[in-house]
Amino acid sequence: MSSDVTAGWAQDALDRAPRQGPDRSEEAVLARIEKVRRRRPRVREERITLAHGAGGKATATLIDAVFLEAFRNPALERLGDGAAVEVDGTRLAFTTDSYVVSPLFFPGGDIGDLAVNGTVNDLAMCGARPLWLSAGFVLEEGFAVADLERIVASMARAAAAAGVSIVTGDTKVVGRGKADGLFVTTAGVGVRERPTVLDAAAARPGDVVLVSGPIGDHGVTILIARGELDIDADLASDTAPLHELAAAVLDAGGEGVRVLRDATRGGVATILNEIAVDSDVAVVVDETTIPVRPEVAGAAELLGIDPLYVACEGRMVVVVDAERAPAVLAAMADRPDGAGAVAIGRVADDPPGLVLLRTGFGGTRIVDVLVGDPLPRIC
Amino acid sequence: MKYVDEFRDGDTARAIGTRIAALAEPGRRYAFMEVCGGHTHTIYKHGLEDHLPESIRLVHGPGCPVCVLPMGRVDDAIAIARDPDVIMTAFGDMMRVPGSDGSFFDAKAEGADIRMVYSPLDALKIARANPERRVVFMAIGFETTTPSTAMTILRAAREGLENFSVFCNHVVVIPPMTAILDSPDLRLDGFIGPGHVSTIIGCEPYRFIAAERGKPLVVAGFEPLDILQSIHQLMVQLAEGRCEVENQYGRVVPWDGNRRALEVVDEVMELRDTFEWRGLGWIPESALQLREAYAAFDAERLFTIPGRRVADPKACQCGDVLQGALEPWECGVFGTACTPETPIGTCMVSSEGACAAYYNYGRFSRSRTRGATSLPDPVVVGR
Repeated sequence: MSSDVTAGWAQDALDRAPRQGPDRSEEAVLARIEKVRRRRPRVREERITLAHGAGGKATATLIDAVFLEAFRNPALERLGDGAAVEVDGTRLAFTTDSYVVSPLFFPGGDIGDLAVNGTVNDLAMCGARPLWLSAGFVLEEGFAVADLERIVASMARAAAAAGVSIVTGDTKVVGRGKADGLFVTTAGVGVRERPTVLDAAAARPGDVVLVSGPIGDHGVTILIARGELDIDADLASDTAPLHELAAAVLDAGGEGVRVLRDATRGGVATILNEIAVDSDVAVVVDETTIPVRPEVAGAAELLGIDPLYVACEGRMVVVVDAERAPAVLAAMADRPDGAGAVAIGRVADDPPGLVLLRTGFGGTRIVDVLVGDPLPRIC
Repeated sequence: MKYVDEFRDGDTARAIGTRIAALAEPGRRYAFMEVCGGHTHTIYKHGLEDHLPESIRLVHGPGCPVCVLPMGRVDDAIAIARDPDVIMTAFGDMMRVPGSDGSFFDAKAEGADIRMVYSPLDALKIARANPERRVVFMAIGFETTTPSTAMTILRAAREGLENFSVFCNHVVVIPPMTAILDSPDLRLDGFIGPGHVSTIIGCEPYRFIAAERGKPLVVAGFEPLDILQSIHQLMVQLAEGRCEVENQYGRVVPWDGNRRALEVVDEVMELRDTFEWRGLGWIPESALQLREAYAAFDAERLFTIPGRRVADPKACQCGDVLQGALEPWECGVFGTACTPETPIGTCMVSSEGACAAYYNYGRFSRSRTRGATSLPDPVVVGR
């Protein structure tokens, strides 16, 4: 009965891995793992799985191995929320994002304002003032025109609120069953008027990590809105434009601001990991300081998910030098969109590339990049 | 969060940690096995080991249902799922478990209709809504989840549902514990007993472990203070020269278990002669199958399955890790060839697996952070 099959992919992984030498001490093993982690990833799967869209390791691998490999250029290589480009001395930011959220309408918003705010925020995280947006629609045969009108009206309101114009667009219709109602793609252009250079690689030991408010509202709201879980909670998505808050941070922190990121897919944990790896620093976060609404904490606990990985659509992570941190925090807290801002941690030099969490229980653990996908189609 | 935060309080933890350290005899080393994967997860997620003296080592046991599933059974399930008439339903942590030719996720990407459910009753709902399809529930788990599978089968029988069946992989906890006690390599001073399993089977079945095998056992809850307290109880027993079964999780676990749940399971299922455990091999009377009377709901009888035994990749040392003979990082492929994104062994798949827990939460040098000399102070930014 017994057959000695070693699965092909397992053999493949074994062939690629360095042979574990005679030194099996924990330190030596950890050092080897870090070496492997920093290698260029390779897509192992023959087909796309939902994990490739989850914003975690599989997404990063796909982007790096397929898209970056094919499109490689200096602006893309930084893999920020948007590209920082320059033309005739004018510093621009340029970004694009597709929206496939299910359901299309949820407490606190819909796919329309999500698509506008998401792209506005990607520009804001580049330190830019958002100017123009495009909007592309893929519509499924049979989709209600009234719903489309409702979504488009919501986009118009969100654009007006953010001070941007939707200046170009596209419409395609596919047959029934070929798209789930509608998908929206927006792109945006903004101008970077402030001199601060923002980069996930710019964090330095001693810097302070801030978040602009309670985390995880959007992801948990969507999950509950799907109605599959028989859970009710008084929650709404946090979808909101962040460009004014970002401008306030830059005005208060100036050159001391190192990184701005909006914590969307993959949540705050994913952002912090990107900063730790790109800047070759450790990020140390205190669990008790992380703001999470009780409803979000409760739902996450029931579902076995960690709010640190749950998407926000109107929250940002700021890394700023310690000296400017109080001024930046005060500037954020003075605004309604930053009223919940707090410091959650600090940048350290060791161990580089890792995010450490001091738990409320009094222990220390790492916070890794998410592997699976607990929450597909969240944005 | 009410009723949760109380069990995660850092000050209480420090106080218990001090008492545990005071009980440790100088020069003596202690090893306790937490049998249940849920405990392993809690230990790493909260950094519980930071409260223990270095002389106490926690050994991670075989109580992770996903981890002990052999590759051949995964292949069988995927073969059923590939039938175009079938909707396969499974818990989320089953999705990435590798068979010899990919996982549920891979099969789904290739077109198999595989859906994640939170309860077997959700699978029943899917069966009612899709009368033209055959809906199969991939049942895994120890005694904790077995009653809900059995209840679901009873309900399907009552409703006369003809398109619902169960691929039964339910296992029982005592035989692998016995196998571990029989293993010559292992030196253990006691067990942290499984909490949720014990809500069903109670504390009585563990009595032989204390009485005949000389190992104290404390049934523990799943919050970090529960586990720390159970370690304290074990240390007190050792210090006082006692060897007993104790119940730390009295707020949930009745000493005699849940008789009604056991009756339901007994109505629907019976012990298999033997069952293969990943890494532990074939263990007699260690798993359950549906009784003849419920054959109409037994996917093993309704579908043709390959039933082929697949050896684990040679480099995989999950078996040694599951028996506590090896620390996760001592495995030759840990973290390099075998990672959570490309797991070779099952211990790296489930969040309850020892390797995944260590990789995701514990993969840094405690010697560098113990005492927190190199870590910055908690940040305080004035407003």
